[in-house]
Amino acid sequence: MLALISTILAQLTGDGEAGLSAIGAGLGYGLAAIGPGIGIGIVVGNAITAMARQPESAGVARTTMFLGIAFTEALALIGFVVFILLLP
Amino acid sequence: MMNVLALEFPPVTHLFEWPDFLFTDTPVALNKTGAIYVLALLLTAGLFWAAGRRRALVPVGAQTVAETGIEFVESNIIMQTIGPDGRRYLPLLTTMFFFIFFSNIFGVIPLVQFPANSRMAIPLALALVVWVIYHYVGIRTQGFFGYFKGSLFPPGVPWPLYILVAPIELLQILLIRPLSLAIRLWANMVAGHLLLVSFAVLSAALWGAGFIPAALPFFALILITAFEIFVSALQAFIFTILTAVYIGGSLHPQH
Repeated sequence: MLALISTILAQLTGDGEAGLSAIGAGLGYGLAAIGPGIGIGIVVGNAITAMARQPESAGVARTTMFLGIAFTEALALIGFVVFILLLP
Repeated sequence: MMNVLALEFPPVTHLFEWPDFLFTDTPVALNKTGAIYVLALLLTAGLFWAAGRRRALVPVGAQTVAETGIEFVESNIIMQTIGPDGRRYLPLLTTMFFFIFFSNIFGVIPLVQFPANSRMAIPLALALVVWVIYHYVGIRTQGFFGYFKGSLFPPGVPWPLYILVAPIELLQILLIRPLSLAIRLWANMVAGHLLLVSFAVLSAALWGAGFIPAALPFFALILITAFEIFVSALQAFIFTILTAVYIGGSLHPQH
């Protein structure tokens, strides 16, 4: 464990800028994925509830669910774009 | 020294930038991405040409695929979002769906293995086409001022909120809609391609390292390949349905 940490530190001090921006990119994408993850969960969960309650309107619910996923997912994808831009 | 941070992993551009191999140093130079797009275009055109050549009452071959696709776009996309008067956009939406699907699916086809939409150019161009179409439809059906008034000042909002809502809606219809369309398609394909490449490299590197370390990434690779096939179709579907939603919003203003 200590050896691992010291290796990480050695690589950080060797090429500090690149290492820090790689860590920042990883953290940034991770943080950007939290909100959309929760949001997509809410969207899909409620769509499933709607489909279970009214199976005859499953088509509309599914279409609207995909729309909601698409809008929510856009935030995570912007985080992904930032991740790629930050990569050294 | 052990490479813990994987800083020596090749830059992402190595996976997405291809050298020109045909008509080099001319404006029509062709690289892998362009060749895949030409192929996808020929596939889309060829599918509908083959389907319409001999119209059998009982469809076989290409006609089955084309008829299923058209019916899917009509009942699942147009009817759900625009309504019966959206049928005139059926050719546009069907072509769009099949073109995006074909250029995505090359990401999992052996020996090609590059989703052409992981380069930004064509997704952005498609999004600009959509942008022009929904503005044109809106201005033609509601008039210039009617269209912008209907979009910027949605009814049912208390009037002080319009100070906040109108700029956001303006930004939305002018900038956010086309950009999010293009970025959604592009980023999904980039992410899928990176995932496939990472797991392929991982399973190649661990191939001789015993059963469990070699089998796990390979099994994951198979699952991800299946998932990518699903994502290719899903992204084509989402791009098409969002186009239909935007056209529908321009065609039927909110009351």
